This record gives sequence, C-alpha cells and structure tokens, in this order.
Amino acid sequence: MSESTSSGVLTTADGVPLKVSLRRAVRRSRFKALLLVAPLLLFLGIAFVMPIFDMLSRSVANPEVPTHLSRTVAALEDWDSQSGELPDESTYAALATDLAEGHENRAIGRLSSRLNYEQSGMRSAIMRSGMASRTMEPPYKEGLLEAHEAWGQLETWRLIKRESSPYTMSYYLAAVDMKLSPEGAIVDVADNQKIYQALFWRTFWMSGVITLLTLVLGFPIAYLLANLPLRKSNLLMILVLLPFWTSLLVRTTTWIAILQSQGVLNDMMVALGVIADDARWQMIHNKLGTIIAMTHILLPFMILPLYSVMKTIPSSYMHAARSLGGKPFLSFRRVYFPLTIPGIAAGGILVFILSIGYYITPALVGGQSGRFITNYIAYHMQTSLNWGLAAAIASILLFVVIIFYLVFNRLIGVDKVKLG
Amino acid sequence: MAIPSYATRGERLWHYAFRGLCTLIFLFLIGPLLVIIPLSFNAEPYFTFTREMLSFDPAGYSLRWYEDFFTSSRWLNSIKNSFIVGICSTLLATVLGTTAALGLTSRHMPARSVVMALLISPMIVPLIISAAAMFFFFSKVHLAQTYLGVILAHTVLGIPFVVITVTATLSSFDTTLIKAAHSLGASPSRTFFKVVLPLVTPGVVSGALFAFITSFDEVVVVLFVAGPGQRTMPLQMWSGIREEISPTILAVATLLVLLSILLLTTLELLRRRSERLRGLSPG
Repeated sequence: MSESTSSGVLTTADGVPLKVSLRRAVRRSRFKALLLVAPLLLFLGIAFVMPIFDMLSRSVANPEVPTHLSRTVAALEDWDSQSGELPDESTYAALATDLAEGHENRAIGRLSSRLNYEQSGMRSAIMRSGMASRTMEPPYKEGLLEAHEAWGQLETWRLIKRESSPYTMSYYLAAVDMKLSPEGAIVDVADNQKIYQALFWRTFWMSGVITLLTLVLGFPIAYLLANLPLRKSNLLMILVLLPFWTSLLVRTTTWIAILQSQGVLNDMMVALGVIADDARWQMIHNKLGTIIAMTHILLPFMILPLYSVMKTIPSSYMHAARSLGGKPFLSFRRVYFPLTIPGIAAGGILVFILSIGYYITPALVGGQSGRFITNYIAYHMQTSLNWGLAAAIASILLFVVIIFYLVFNRLIGVDKVKLG
Repeated sequence: MAIPSYATRGERLWHYAFRGLCTLIFLFLIGPLLVIIPLSFNAEPYFTFTREMLSFDPAGYSLRWYEDFFTSSRWLNSIKNSFIVGICSTLLATVLGTTAALGLTSRHMPARSVVMALLISPMIVPLIISAAAMFFFFSKVHLAQTYLGVILAHTVLGIPFVVITVTATLSSFDTTLIKAAHSLGASPSRTFFKVVLPLVTPGVVSGALFAFITSFDEVVVVLFVAGPGQRTMPLQMWSGIREEISPTILAVATLLVLLSILLLTTLELLRRRSERLRGLSPG
C-alpha cells in the first residue's frame, strides 16, 4: 500500500508518510485499550482506592479539638505553654462557651473520648464541666475550677494546645505502644499497657511458622503431582483444589469440631487410651489452634505455585545428575532444589501476605493467645470505637503488605498468578 | 515416578516412605472435610461422634439439623441475601472485568503492569483493611447497611478473579483464527459468534464463577458494611459459630462442601472444553 515519493519517504496510499500513519494507528489502539480499561479503573478508584485513602487520612485526622473547642484554641494562641502560668480569664470564658455549646449539640462526648485517649481522666473533666458550663456565671476561672480540678493544671492546657492542630501522630504512636509526653517528646507507654508491639510481632512470627509449615507439607505434594503421569496427577489435584474452593468458614468449623476438647480427635485419643478423660489436650482457642487451622487453609496457596514451577523442570536434569555420579540426595540438593526456588519464593510470599492479614480464623480458633493484629483492628472498629487507632493499625499493616506485594510483583509478576 | 528395576533397597524404602508421607499430607488436606459430613447427620446436639454413630446404629443418625436449616427463616433469608448479593456483584464484576481484560490484552495497552497490579490489589489487601476502609467511606456516602453497598464491595473483591481468568484466556487466544474465518468467507458477526465467542466464553464463565464463590463465601466485609437487613449466609454462620454452636452449622457446611464439589466439576469441564476447542488436547 505504500509507495516511494521523490524525497524517499514512504507514504500510504493517501499520501500520509508511513511513520506518521503508523504512529496514529498505535495512538488510536492505545486509546481504545485505555477506553476499555477506564470503566473498571474508575469503579475501583471510587469503590476501593478512595476508601483506602479515606482510611489513611482518618489515621492522622484530629478534628475534635479544633472544631469543638475553636474559641478556646483561638484564645490559647497567645498563651506560652512554657511560661508556667495558667491562661487568663478570657481563655476560661472561651472554654466555658465552647463546652456549653458542645453540651448543647452533643459533640462533647466525642471530644471527651479524644482527649481521654491522650490523658486518662479527661473524659470526666470535660463531661462534668460541660454540664456545669450551661449555667455558669463569670468569673469562669473559678467556676471551671470548681467543676473539675483539671483546669487548674498546666498539663491540661498544654494538652489542648498540642491537640489544636488538625493533624495528629498520636494514633500511630499508640499503635506502636508510644505516646507524646506532656512536654511533647515521644516516649514509650508504661510496660503494663504495651500490647501492639507484641501483637505485631506475634502476627509476624506465627505467619512465618505457618509459611514454613505450608512449605514443608506442600513441597512433597507439589513434587509428587509434578512427577506423576498427568492422568493420576489430575485426579490427586482434586484433593488440593477441593479444600481450596471450600468455604473458609466451613474449613474453620471443621477444625473446631476436630480439635476442641470434646471434639473428634480428643474423643478418639481417650477411646484409644492414649490420654485420660480428664487430661484432654487443649488444641484450640490458643496459638496451636490458629497455626493448625491456618496451615490447612493456606496449604493450597503454597502447593499451586510450587507445582507450576516444578512442572517446568525437565526430569532429564535429575537423570543427568545421577548419571554423572551424583548421589540421590546430592543431585536433589544441587540440581533440582535450586530450580524450585522461584516457586518457593512465590508460594512463600503469597502465604505470608495472606496470613498476616487473616481475621476470621484467628478470631474463631485463636482464643486470647492466638489472636492477630487484625483482631484488634476489628475490636477498635466495633467495640472500643476508637476508629483513629483502628485506621492507624490498619495503615501500618497495609504498608507491610504493600511492600511484600511489590517484592512479589517484582519477582514473579501478578499476571502470572494462577487460580487452580 | 515408578521405581526403576535397578533401584537399591534404600531407594525402594525411600520411595515407599515418600508415598506414605504424601498420603498423610493428603489426608490432612481432605480429612477435615470428610469428618464433618457424617457429623452433620448426628442425632444428638454434639460436635463429635456418639457411641450410636460409631456402631452404625440408625438411631444415632438423623436429618434434624437439615430440617432445622430448611425450616429456619433466618437461614433461608440469609441464603436469599447471599444470592441477591452474589448474583448482582458477579454480573457487575464480570462485565467490568471482561471489558478491562479486552483492553489489557491489547498490544498497545500503556502501563500494563502498573494497571494490572492495581486491578489485582483487592485480592492482596487484607480483607479486614478493605472492610474497615469501605465501612468508613460508605458510611459517609450513605451506602453502609444497604444492599447496594454490599454489592459494590463484593464487586471490588470479585474483580481480580475475573481479570486474571479472562486475561489468561484472551492472551492465549490465537488471532489467526479470525483471519482464517475471514478468508473462508465468514462475515465479521459470524466470525464473532462462531469462532471468538465459543473460545472465550469458558474463560469468562470461570471468571464469573470465581467471583460468585468469592462473594458467596465472604464474611469480613459483610460484617462491617452490611446491616441487619443484609445478613448473608456466611455472616449467619459466623454468628452461629460464635454464639449458639449447634450442628446446624455442620449441615450448612456439608451443603457448602457439596456446592464446592459442583463448582470444581463445572470449572474442570469448562477447562477441558476450552482445551478441546483450542485443539490442545484430543477428544
């Protein structure tokens, strides 16, 4: 379709230079491809990415003091928190007005819990003063001091001044067992109040153990499946895929039925005389229960990537190694095993990512000692209603998961993920 | 994997030990699912085998937990909700995901790997985080505690499965088949319906099945986003396990195992059909 012009530039039949025409065609098909992906990107942007960013912003948002104590915050602007003197009467008047208004429109509850996260005792200080401020007459300083002694302490005022910024780090600090001291320095919380560092650590080491167990159990199965004739291995593959596609709740329920103290396994042991009736094993509602159930649930996620890698290793490699005089174990260790490492990496990272984010199974079989950090996200969402802290813990977990996801993507590529 | 005739005694021993080990691991994988099936026919409200059951006395078995399930309005209502949410979100995820897969498999798709990583991310981000984020956001826009909210949330979770499956099908699609059809005189529409569609449909259907089962099995997001009016079956199971533990749960679990067997068979048949159509395997 193209012909040479006098200048030597190739053109299409209608006289457009071939290069230009080609570039146009590429641009058009690129635009077409983008147009096809656009609706989904838009949908995920609104229904998934925006909620995630909303959560991230919630983990640093600090609207309570700036909104509900706006007059007090303005009055405190000129107050020097290092001066060692209490604020003047006009600040107390502003506080009384703010509290009366907060009491009126019921915003005071949220304000008092926010300040109580920072310093216990603030809830009652705010609530009691809010009640009193409705009928308070000047001088406000005396009135407020009478309502609660906290207003005579420098620390209270320093706290309010510190929290007058619309952003705060305190949820993140709380999520790693730290806090801001009244002087504004970052310090550890008291040892008996530390929970989250230990929980993060427990989540990681238990996920590590689970990943290791799935590898130990999954490796022989993947090896067997990859080396059996196709007809047999397809049949055995069903045994891997059936649990994979069975409801997570069903699999968790079965482990409760099997492992609980009046359950199948304990009954069997008692009937066989292995253990006494009054010495039944406690295998559930602890770390062991979580590890057993989650190893079972995540095992297919290890077997499938391992299998797809082992399937590509020609059996002639092992034959060659053996015929060159390698002992079976040496040939396996030096020839076969190194070739399976991409599969181990893929399965390992996948299982680990899924494991640290698991909620259902630890919540049902983990008891108190086998819970993960995810269970505390749910706790702060539903029970304590400290949503800022829930968002901060979730953001930290998300950060860890994204790092592993990027590593996974770099090593294997998400589009290589197979679904059985 | 057969033992060669020249194998030493040690190798034979190792071979059988390995087989034995694999059998035990398979038992670990599948055993728990097999245990609950007989337990769901228990005549007593226990989670374990009674003496009558072990001696195969008919009195030890009953269908009472199935009866309980099929006559309970709470359970039936939760099934209805699960199907409403599952079907709507599957349709939405399949339409959006298939369209996107068409673009993703284009040779000229810009920034393919980044877009792909983003589209798959709902599968990787821990459910509790997605659930918390959606709860905060949906409450703001008045979608929390509505069917629409739960459907949209489940659509998000189903999308990666559709995208992965359909992209895989499309990228192995041999475009010379279209040219062949044209050269044999087929019109474009005839080519589409007689050549393209039959080859692509199995991939789209399995993607849709994955999305459906994801929604049908999902509990964490429902826990946060759904209201009392949208209790799905997994949510009903969840509260059943936490509160009044009764073997009705085991009856439901057995039915769900049967459902996954059905699903797995369908997927396998689809896979074989698509392989046969592509001429990858005989018969």
